[in-house]
Amino acid sequence: MNNPVVLNAFRFVLLLLAQVLIFNGLNFMGTINPIVYVIFLYWYPIKENRAVFLLVAFFLGLLIDIFSDSLALHTLAILTAAFARPFIMRFCFGVNYEFQNFTFKNTTKIQRITYLALLIVLHHTIFFCFEILSFSHILLILKKILFTSLLTIFLCTLFSSLFSPKSE
Amino acid sequence: MQRIINFILNNRNTFLYALLSFIALLLTVRSHSYHQSKFFNSSRWVSGKIYGTASNISGYFSLKEENQKLADENQRLRKLLFNTQTGTQQVLDSSLLPFQVAQAKVIKNSFSAPRNYLTIDKGKNDGVSQDMGVITSKGILGIIENTSGQFATVQSILNTKSSINAKIKNTDYFGSLEWNASDHTVVQLVDIPRLVPLVVGDTIVTGAMSSIFPENIPIGTIKRYDLNASKSYYNIDVALFNDMANVRWVYLVQNRNKAEIDQLEAQTEDE
Repeated sequence: MNNPVVLNAFRFVLLLLAQVLIFNGLNFMGTINPIVYVIFLYWYPIKENRAVFLLVAFFLGLLIDIFSDSLALHTLAILTAAFARPFIMRFCFGVNYEFQNFTFKNTTKIQRITYLALLIVLHHTIFFCFEILSFSHILLILKKILFTSLLTIFLCTLFSSLFSPKSE
Repeated sequence: MQRIINFILNNRNTFLYALLSFIALLLTVRSHSYHQSKFFNSSRWVSGKIYGTASNISGYFSLKEENQKLADENQRLRKLLFNTQTGTQQVLDSSLLPFQVAQAKVIKNSFSAPRNYLTIDKGKNDGVSQDMGVITSKGILGIIENTSGQFATVQSILNTKSSINAKIKNTDYFGSLEWNASDHTVVQLVDIPRLVPLVVGDTIVTGAMSSIFPENIPIGTIKRYDLNASKSYYNIDVALFNDMANVRWVYLVQNRNKAEIDQLEAQTEDE
């Protein structure tokens, strides 16, 4: 489990199965299905090659799309969130995240939750805008973004504290 | 030239992002305007197997409910059977009847997205083909969209692309059944002319215009109605009989005359 490639492949498969088998059928309060696999971006190592990161995010999204018959909505959303991750990190942790000795240990809990929440809100905004793709449903879109984001942020915060790696 | 190459190399991640998101965007736009993708859908082998296994496990938790539903339906069918006069219209070969019925199990359901698809555990090998109707014991569910060897996907009536011919029971006023993506228990019936007398609670059933569903399959009851923007047609909210969040066993209906009807209609339109 110390090899980052094995660890991330394991997370990839587990998050994919958890998303399609559990969370896509959760239907909390009728229709709210949290999209928890976004936490993959939060857990992915910071110092890895960015091109590989984008490709991994693309394939994770594509596989989830195939399972949920929503072709390329998840792909587009997670790809954009992955691309925007460095900007979000700079916003949350300041410039010092670019230094070699940066770890999550040196950050406050508020900073980490803001970072996670921004990733999730960005992902959900793109996902629901493209899912409905109509200005006349703007209220429905905003309602879905708000409630789904809240539930996803809640669940992801739980996961990140439950399964946080010891090394961090 | 050197500077252009340097520029591309320096921004290679942005270019990669642009390329990948272009692919994703293309697929998204396609899925909005065309039918579901032929190759990437949940009737494929791997995703079908995984959903099948999960459904086998979760199926145990609703056995009691499903038994109750089956018993109810058997009771209704028996009543019909005993009330039919036999002898006058004896059919010699049941395969010559216009509608054939098969059964299947739903292994993946969805109802909260704007375009919902279900996956069932019967496919091409079991004689399932595109545009067969899918119903439950309570009402209509959708239409077969794609098939693989062992699985098939169903376009649910809870799909903004769905449009099904429906009418008010015991009349011949028909309209088309659509969904506005807001509530999974309510669908919309449009294009009913304003001269039709409507009452909240009237039953809506499938119409005879469709070559997919037999006539008079129940859909739901009128919940609310108002006139549309041009004041000449009604927009009717129909409360579904089917609980779309809870479906497991479904029936596939195939119209043996569909190919003939479609061919005739296509010929007429060409001329």
